[in-house]
Amino acid sequence: MKILVPVKRVPDPATTIRVLPDGSGIATDNVKWVINPFDEIAIEEALRIKEKQGAGEVILISVGQQAWQEQLRTGLAMGADRAILVRTETPLDPLAIARVIAKVASDEQPGLVIIGKQAIDDDSNQVGQMIAEFLGWPQATFASKIEIAGEKCTAVREADGGLETVAFALPAVITTDLRLNEPRYASLPGIMKARKKPLLDITAESLGVDLAPKLKIRKLTAPAKRQAGRKVASVEELVAVLHTEAKVI
Amino acid sequence: MGDVIVFVEHRGGHFPKTTLIGINAGLELAAKRGGSCSAVVAGEGADTVAAEVAKYGVARVIVLEEPRLAHYLADAAAQALAALVKTTGAETVLATATALGKDLMPRLAARLNVPMASEIIAINDDGTFVRPMYAGNVLATVELDGPVRIVTVRGTAFDAAKPAATVAPIEKVAATLDPAGLKMEFVAFNEIKSDRPELTEARIVVSGGRGLKSGENFKSVLEPLVDEMGAAMGASRAAVDAGFVPNDLQVGQTGKVVAPELYVAVGISGAIQHLAGMKDSKTIVAINKDEEAPIFSVADFGLVADLFKAVPEMVEAMKKVKH
Repeated sequence: MKILVPVKRVPDPATTIRVLPDGSGIATDNVKWVINPFDEIAIEEALRIKEKQGAGEVILISVGQQAWQEQLRTGLAMGADRAILVRTETPLDPLAIARVIAKVASDEQPGLVIIGKQAIDDDSNQVGQMIAEFLGWPQATFASKIEIAGEKCTAVREADGGLETVAFALPAVITTDLRLNEPRYASLPGIMKARKKPLLDITAESLGVDLAPKLKIRKLTAPAKRQAGRKVASVEELVAVLHTEAKVI
Repeated sequence: MGDVIVFVEHRGGHFPKTTLIGINAGLELAAKRGGSCSAVVAGEGADTVAAEVAKYGVARVIVLEEPRLAHYLADAAAQALAALVKTTGAETVLATATALGKDLMPRLAARLNVPMASEIIAINDDGTFVRPMYAGNVLATVELDGPVRIVTVRGTAFDAAKPAATVAPIEKVAATLDPAGLKMEFVAFNEIKSDRPELTEARIVVSGGRGLKSGENFKSVLEPLVDEMGAAMGASRAAVDAGFVPNDLQVGQTGKVVAPELYVAVGISGAIQHLAGMKDSKTIVAINKDEEAPIFSVADFGLVADLFKAVPEMVEAMKKVKH
């Protein structure tokens, strides 16, 4: 079975993000770029499914700029088989990204698309679900467990107030939650092998899908800072201020 | 036209506070857009829910009747809602950004081929929305360019709707579903039962971090404070990853976002991702033995102390306060 795993390049989660003075974007000079943590979990899950089945192909796909090759090579070093970079100079909105990935999926015909539930930069949590709808496939979002038996998949999802189990036939889209697995590190042999694995470079325009932005970001601002607080010397003082000053207890 | 449809989330006839938050946001949006706000309910128990929701100020409540909508499933719900948008000519479909809202709404957006704004925290008069990015460290003003706009709202950013003077009419509509497009099967829901208040609805949240060192300590040290304060219990991702407490207690960028009256962070260092989930709380208290811990930068009141001494002391002190 082919498994398609979309991979996004994002700032390292520990980065202090600063908005540019004119609100047009974020400062990128101090940014270290990594694979979106949830997409790493997706790559890991795909690798485990392939290993369990003893056959198959894990294909990575990124929709971004030339530099994103770095993250694709890291994914290949983890063990993925090949990668596709769909190049676009201007960032696309989630709807367009989903359209692009759905187009590639309809050509590649994978049994699964596994994608991180959200990218930790824009926190949109949309692309996976949109891909599923464009393809007319079932979806299991925020999956914390996946079981595949032949052509059938059972997924446990992190829902509100509990865990929900859903089932469906493949092909399907799964979005990963934190608890699904713990991703492996790329080994040194893996890194060496990754250099020779195929990385196909195509333009977004060549896919012939609508790329026009419909979600437009007008400006970015920093949120209002909280007023500085103070330290209290004892539990007694803490409870007293909460009662008399903050009046919350 | 500016009409808004709010998707009502419920489970077997009971709906959470988050549903009323979505309704309130829908009412605000409809007022700004010069349209009306309708609520839509589907599934088992829809009639009970509709009768209740009708009291909260919406112009009407639409009940979608279709046995295959009995349990919520993304593909069926997206189909039914998309058809409803076409027949009603609504401009915006809105839901609260709960796990269900997040699961459904992007699918609906793709089906209608329109963009979506996730977890908005404000509705601007000019039709744009404000939403958090980068774990809440950046606010983006966004515009949705399409004949229909899809929006989810962050539960902590809007108040719940209040009962109104009049009761809205209820309209029953037969939903038309294309069976070829229904590929998902609901198998089971394992509810996590708790006697404590719901984390996203509680007035007070007491959260524990890695500083508690074990799940046993959560029980013996933190829970007495949680219960003395009548609070909900939360946790940092570190505590959840270490296996001290279950996943559903995680507060943070990729867990639950809360904004209670009082948030008490015990043994939590205050990583950016945790702050993203609680920094809009009205009053923040931190108890940590490391005075350099980043949590103190957002705490209104910080106590540098050993939590294993401070928390039991606080339990005793709370008993003396009339609350």
